[in-house]
Amino acid sequence: MMRWLQPAHVGREIRFKLMDLGYGARLLARLLWMAGPAFRRGRLVAEQVHFLGNHSLAIIVVSGLFVGFVLGLQGYYILQRYGSSEALGLMVALSLVRELGPVVAALLFAGRAGTSLTAGIGLMKAGEQLAAMEMMAVDPVRRVLAPRFWAGVITMPLLAAVFSAVGIVGGWLVGVVLIGVDPGAFWSQMQSGVDVWADVGNGLIKSLVFGVTVTFVALLQGFECQPTPEGVSRATTRTVVMSSLAVLGLDFVLTAMMFSI
Amino acid sequence: MQRSKIDVWVGLFVLVGAAAILFLALQAGNLLTLSLAPTYTVSAEFDNIGGLKPKAAVKSAGVVVGRVKAISLDGTTYRARVDIDLDEGVKFPADTSAKILTAGLLGEQYIGLEAGYKEEPLKSGDKITQTQSAIVLESLIGQFLYNKAADAGQADTGSGESK
Repeated sequence: MMRWLQPAHVGREIRFKLMDLGYGARLLARLLWMAGPAFRRGRLVAEQVHFLGNHSLAIIVVSGLFVGFVLGLQGYYILQRYGSSEALGLMVALSLVRELGPVVAALLFAGRAGTSLTAGIGLMKAGEQLAAMEMMAVDPVRRVLAPRFWAGVITMPLLAAVFSAVGIVGGWLVGVVLIGVDPGAFWSQMQSGVDVWADVGNGLIKSLVFGVTVTFVALLQGFECQPTPEGVSRATTRTVVMSSLAVLGLDFVLTAMMFSI
Repeated sequence: MQRSKIDVWVGLFVLVGAAAILFLALQAGNLLTLSLAPTYTVSAEFDNIGGLKPKAAVKSAGVVVGRVKAISLDGTTYRARVDIDLDEGVKFPADTSAKILTAGLLGEQYIGLEAGYKEEPLKSGDKITQTQSAIVLESLIGQFLYNKAADAGQADTGSGESK
């Protein structure tokens, strides 16, 4: 029972964790370095964009629409207390573009696309396909991981932008069409309050960082998993948990960096 | 066949994403109001700018004619120096005056320009000398209370003399 607290055991755990960290950092560096080779074989990247992006579009659009609906209702409820319901458009647009768009799209992306990346690579590993590739002198990192990684990095900002845009339309539907906020004030307040670089641009940078994070976590978990059915299922769970936590934590850091000044 | 089909869908996806970014920039953002028209810069010094921020509107008769470019504190006079970009197409007389105004009761602050009567126009690098500071609520209330107290004191002494 006390074995857990023995210094040798603790030291071993720390050493293994450090090894994992070092391996992850090395893999990330290799993937980033492989931008050139990945895009020279653009067809592989395009296939993955189709798999990650097009198939995630439905859930992103529907979620964005409903988040926009809710923001419209809740925002109107709060703003009309202060007699400034015309600012509804501004509130919906700012909260979507700066915060909810990148974060919620990244969480959905982790659930929809990250899990399938992990499971796919985990099964390749369990079926010894990756080992077979190495036997044929094909680098699995270059052939399997790099196209998926770069496809995820491309896809995430586009999905976040779609989410924000659809959410604003949702807020417009509830605010202007349903409740009857003045449409001119809705759009003009939004346009005067949302800055292209400070708000839209930083939101895109955020979603780019989240794209790197979620895709990398998913790939690492799949690549590192135990090649057994339980191992793959554990890795898939870890992908969702770790990438969601990483996205939320990074979001705080990025927001503090970008918007505090 | 298979290949071109996937390419079409990927192209469509990228197009939808780009359209969303464009929508955010043009319809939700202010890319269109960032006018690329040539401007000239003048400066103005205020005792107190209140809550004025860079990029705030500069209006004359309610029409936007420019934007606040930069705000800094003058090290020698300890007044706020505001640099203003004005549209090249609008010429103001040299004795134009500037005020800091508030849109609505709690709205954002902007600069209002009132044209003067001089013949020669305001040129790039010129300084607007006649300025009126932002109204700070605390000092307004302070002044009101001070006047009230002064009135009360006067009334007291007045009644005392009459007795």
